[in-house]
Amino acid sequence: MRARYGASGWWWVLPALALYGAFVLYPLSQTVRYSFYDWDGFGPATWVGLDNYRSVVTDERLLDSLGHALVLIAFFTVLPITLGLALAAVVADLRSAGARAAARAVLFLPQVVPLAGAAIAWSWMYSPDGVINQSLRAVGLDALARPWLADFGTALPAVGLIGTWVATGLCTLLFTAGLLRIDPALHEAAALDGAGRVRRFTAITLPALRREIVVAATILTIAALASFDIVYVATAGGPGYSTMVPGVLIFRLVFTDQAVGLASALAVVLVVLVLAIIAPLQRLGRDE
Amino acid sequence: MTRRRVAGRSPVGVLVLTLAAVGTVLPLVSMALTALQPRGSAPAGLSVPADPQWGNFVDAWDAAVMGELLRSSALIVLVVVPSALLLATLAGYGLALVPFRGAALVYAAFLAGLALPYEALIAPLYLQIGDLGLLNTRWAIIVPLTALFMPFSVFWMRAHFLGLPAELLDSARVDGASMRQAFRHVMLPLAAPAWSALAILLFLWTWNQFLLAVTLVDEPTRRTMAGALGAYQGQYGTDIVLLCAGSLLIIVPTIAVFLIFQRGFVAAILQGAGR
Repeated sequence: MRARYGASGWWWVLPALALYGAFVLYPLSQTVRYSFYDWDGFGPATWVGLDNYRSVVTDERLLDSLGHALVLIAFFTVLPITLGLALAAVVADLRSAGARAAARAVLFLPQVVPLAGAAIAWSWMYSPDGVINQSLRAVGLDALARPWLADFGTALPAVGLIGTWVATGLCTLLFTAGLLRIDPALHEAAALDGAGRVRRFTAITLPALRREIVVAATILTIAALASFDIVYVATAGGPGYSTMVPGVLIFRLVFTDQAVGLASALAVVLVVLVLAIIAPLQRLGRDE
Repeated sequence: MTRRRVAGRSPVGVLVLTLAAVGTVLPLVSMALTALQPRGSAPAGLSVPADPQWGNFVDAWDAAVMGELLRSSALIVLVVVPSALLLATLAGYGLALVPFRGAALVYAAFLAGLALPYEALIAPLYLQIGDLGLLNTRWAIIVPLTALFMPFSVFWMRAHFLGLPAELLDSARVDGASMRQAFRHVMLPLAAPAWSALAILLFLWTWNQFLLAVTLVDEPTRRTMAGALGAYQGQYGTDIVLLCAGSLLIIVPTIAVFLIFQRGFVAAILQGAGR
């Protein structure tokens, strides 16, 4: 019946599409174009074909930054989902609705803090005088104390854990809602059949939460691959290049090194990487 | 038989939850305690100040020209959020209920933007905003950010309109309403809940926007709150007490908004994830 209402739909969509086209799609096409040039951003540009892409896969700084982004998926996505599952199970089990709401609110708090603020708070946690070293010394583990963000060996996981702190509440919130939707009768029946906690978790809880898990994995994987704020504020990619991620490197290549072509090639590779990881996730999320 | 008998509340669970809650608030508590230490001292991460220096917040407010920052962020939010809502509502309505040739393609173009890292656009955006003469103005954040919000916002509003019962529009049409009249008198009032949830999300994303602010606006007092934080860290990085006080001043408004609109916020997140 709706079909005969005419073809004026374009007029409704046009304002949003014009703005989106001018300030997202057009710049995106420009990024692709720049990626084939050697260009400093203002002088003449030289066509170099795929040279910039060759650099992305051979230059260690660029290649490593992509590797770091993949490592961050473990901290921004896998760890929060795992912790979120455990915490949601506990929260959904709380007797009073008030206690459930309070627990969700507290755990969700980091999600509303600006990422730059989270990075400053955690830089202080990790600093030589910060809470982490202070606690280690208090229990006699002085040997382990170190400037976590300035240490080549610990900087990347330390940055990653800031993302864990931010994202766990989101996972807990999503999964709690999913858990409360599961019919308790399912668990009862399984328990009567002799299924233990683990069996009930894998047979009932996980399948029921599949959609929520896919949503969380999608949002958080994009956040991990596109990370900028946390790394820029906490370490700016250092020490050395040990925490350099594509987002910060693109920024630096454009505004410090004036290597717009190379930055653009890295940006294109990043977009492709995001799509390549997100696409199979979406298939998992579809209802059978 | 109740659910509790199958999976009763366990002491271990409560302990886990308590530890998680402590871990969650610890960085913020450490910041707050540090912000109250005497200026120029070298406090430890977690030490209760003997003589809390509340005046540090006043100093940080002045040092960060917080009044101007708040005004700047408010101006940006007040343009971005209503514009994004308006454009997305029109587009969502068109895509959901006014079929036209090419609608699928347009929708796909919007969807493609959902996964787009903002970094992929900064070089061309910098040049484009420069050509328009808007670098270092608030428009440099407002215009691209509104555009970048379109994929999610259009997706959100389209889903809302698709969720309405089909008879609603049909009966308005049978009563002789044009698509415009049906939109204004039937659809728009019904969109209020979808709007308010989207508005809360857009507010937080605008307030916390960092990359566009840092790359396109040099003057911190014309940035968003989070963007200003970037400059603030560089300026007061060595004065940990002042840095903590200033950062808290910037963080607190978002926490306040969250706590006030908590119910709507949680609903918005769950609704958003459900789509």
